[in-house]
Amino acid sequence: MIMLEKRPQPSRGWTFATPVVAVVLTMFFGGLLFAALGQDPLVTIRTIFLDPLFSEFAWFYRPQLLIKGAPLVLIAIGLSFGFRAGIWNIGAEGQYIVGAICGAAVGLAFYPMESFIIFPLMVIAGASGGLLWAMIPGLLRVRFGTNEILVSLMLVYVAEQLLASMALGALRNPDGMGFPGSRNLSQYESAANLEIIAGSGMHWGVLTAFLAVIVAYVALSRHIFGFNVRLSGQSPRAARFAGVNPGLLVLICMAISGALAGLAGLFEVAGPAGQISIDFNVGYGFTAIIVAFLGRLHPVGILLAGGLMALTYIGGEIAQSNLGLPIAAIQILQGMLLFFLLAVDVLTNYRITWARKIA
Amino acid sequence: MTEPLLRLSGLTKAYPGVVANKDVSFNIERGEVHALLGENGAGKSTLVKTIYGLVKPDSGTMTLEGQPFQPPEPRAARAAGVAMVFQHFSLFDAMNVAENIALGMENPPPQAEIAAKVRTVSDQYGLPLDPDRIVGELSAGERQRVEIIRCLLQDPKLLIMDEPTSVLTPQEVDILFETLRQLSAEGTAILYISHKLEEIRALCDNATVLRLGEVVGECDPRQTSARDMAELMVGTVLHVPEKADKPAGETVLALNGLSAKAPHRFGTPLRDITLEVRKGEVLGIGGVAGNGQDELVAALSGEMRTGKTMISYKGDAIGHLPPNARRKMGLLAAPEERMGHAAAPDMSLTENAILTAMTREKLTTKGFLHWGKARTFAEGVIAAFDVRTPGPQNAARSLSGGNLQKFVIGREIMQAPEVLVVNQPTWGVDASAAAAIRQALLDLAAKGAAVIVISQDLDELMEISDRFAALNEGRLSNPRPAKGLTVEEIGLMLGGAHDMEVAHVDA
Repeated sequence: MIMLEKRPQPSRGWTFATPVVAVVLTMFFGGLLFAALGQDPLVTIRTIFLDPLFSEFAWFYRPQLLIKGAPLVLIAIGLSFGFRAGIWNIGAEGQYIVGAICGAAVGLAFYPMESFIIFPLMVIAGASGGLLWAMIPGLLRVRFGTNEILVSLMLVYVAEQLLASMALGALRNPDGMGFPGSRNLSQYESAANLEIIAGSGMHWGVLTAFLAVIVAYVALSRHIFGFNVRLSGQSPRAARFAGVNPGLLVLICMAISGALAGLAGLFEVAGPAGQISIDFNVGYGFTAIIVAFLGRLHPVGILLAGGLMALTYIGGEIAQSNLGLPIAAIQILQGMLLFFLLAVDVLTNYRITWARKIA
Repeated sequence: MTEPLLRLSGLTKAYPGVVANKDVSFNIERGEVHALLGENGAGKSTLVKTIYGLVKPDSGTMTLEGQPFQPPEPRAARAAGVAMVFQHFSLFDAMNVAENIALGMENPPPQAEIAAKVRTVSDQYGLPLDPDRIVGELSAGERQRVEIIRCLLQDPKLLIMDEPTSVLTPQEVDILFETLRQLSAEGTAILYISHKLEEIRALCDNATVLRLGEVVGECDPRQTSARDMAELMVGTVLHVPEKADKPAGETVLALNGLSAKAPHRFGTPLRDITLEVRKGEVLGIGGVAGNGQDELVAALSGEMRTGKTMISYKGDAIGHLPPNARRKMGLLAAPEERMGHAAAPDMSLTENAILTAMTREKLTTKGFLHWGKARTFAEGVIAAFDVRTPGPQNAARSLSGGNLQKFVIGREIMQAPEVLVVNQPTWGVDASAAAAIRQALLDLAAKGAAVIVISQDLDELMEISDRFAALNEGRLSNPRPAKGLTVEEIGLMLGGAHDMEVAHVDA
């Protein structure tokens, strides 16, 4: 009989090995899935995981990797603080949308004036928008003990309705001949989130994501705030004994995740997306949850996981167009990744023993 | 009948890195009360778990009434007539007594039938218990009766009891002993595990002593002194804490009518506690668990905020201050629950040192942690308090209960507190570690700190306290000098602290 035995200490080796094992298992079972769909599994896996980096068109895909990866990393870093403290903000998608709306609104309000101050103001507005949207579940939890999982998730759908009404109403392009959607911010120089190095995909959001990784790393490993976050997640009573104010910690963690999701939304709407439109959000806020866990809630892990997830997005698109693979197959592959990660994760804290069959 | 009830021969069980039981052999006769003695980690738990079918031995055999006995799981052990009362109760607070008992049965009969049986058994053995009461409202002693009656309904041949008196008042202990003697007279054997040697001397017919997994001796506890048994257990000469006489100093901490609502449904409200604690004294607070101990510690540590003036420290009102502000002033606390309250189980000892020592030991600058300094501090605690661990990088949960307790108490003492509040400082800690902890508390008081020790272990309180007070239903009796208090007086104080003040004007 297979038994799980709790380890006296979490295994260091497995902490690092689990993401790798999960990726390998995903490749293997993903391969079986593609084989069942009538594809050559090896070619499909190569198309998804290697072609974006090493094929002859990689010069086109590599910048895409940064563009897709940056919002994932930025949002996931924010979520990781709350997740470590046991505060489950599932609604980053909504905070991302509201951040984009607020940031874009500030930019559009100045149109067509040109000034260096406009983009920084938009950044502040985007962060504040996401932060305030996240404060709703945060304050409700602290004040009334509501479940932040449900409230933050439901607010995603509210935010989507808000997005649609903005695209059709207040923010609609007056010169757009009645089509839904705002003016294109990426063509409005003072408001555009431009590439720092042309053609590299390196826009301000990418830079912010890298900065967020560094700041989060320092905060979690060297600062008392990160210590309190980890302590609260592991032993809430011990945290209170250590002097942590649990309500305040909920608000701070919600604020961080909301602000970073809002920033991600702003950089997206002012750059790669360009405008507020009904279908502006593509699920970065939800995928970032996978990225956060795939990266073990560790800033460097999240950076790598964000890259990997962006890879499956881009590789998935290539596989769709070149091999005719259905998009659902790619989504299953991403789901598998989280599934295997959580499954293999058990080995960090438990070891498998083969108990003899009891007579 | 020459065959003993239970014969253990050569039981051996090894875990990775440690041999829990090594070639353990002894017999338990029908109707005997057999004590199992040993320090924490001596292998007592593993041994009784083997008998109860929770652990499979690597080698060795057991026979029950001459038949091979190898229970693969507790259900089989129960079917064969072995019952066990655990140290930690497995009861549901929100259900009544009869429902809790039904939950432990294979095929529970209707509630009314169980209730009737509970009444019969509780009358028969002098264990008063109402089957319709909600368990959350019962005292620890009554909860234990639920567990015992649950066992007795199975009509066991052997009853295993793990540290049964740690939660009882002296009067409740007497009731329990009467029950156990009656059971033994009826032919039920009892395997009795305890740290309290005087109890074993009063109750048991035979004792087996374990040390490091091996049987190191058997004795007749009625013929052997407690000190000799303790030394057999520890393997060295036992060091008894020494208390120096000293004059009482000025008041450092005062509680002025401290009252607080119960923090949760099964908590206890604090009712009008007034108390002065002086420099250099050890104040012992006795009482059965669940009478407001946790709440009192929380109010003192700052986890639970109270009215500003209800607590004053050196004349300053501090009832509203959070924990770290109090630590900065010199008021430190160590709560009862080690895992998850005093320490975070999954964090390293270095991180656990930061948990409370951050402020006083200046382990941060502008919020940034000094890991090196924290590690040095943790290493200092480990060295000074003989914490057995490979090093401060190990997780708190990898330490045994006694070792972690030494670390937790040591962490507070090393910060040189002016007032230290400890709750159950030696609960579940072996004899030599307990003696070391008590000595450290006395040394701290000798240096001029005020120490408040909250404990259920009355022997411990009598050993180290200058003054003694009892906590009962959230009320604190008037403290009285510990010297000269008799067990009966203490029992009365515990049973109804507030009535005592009328009966005895002064001591």
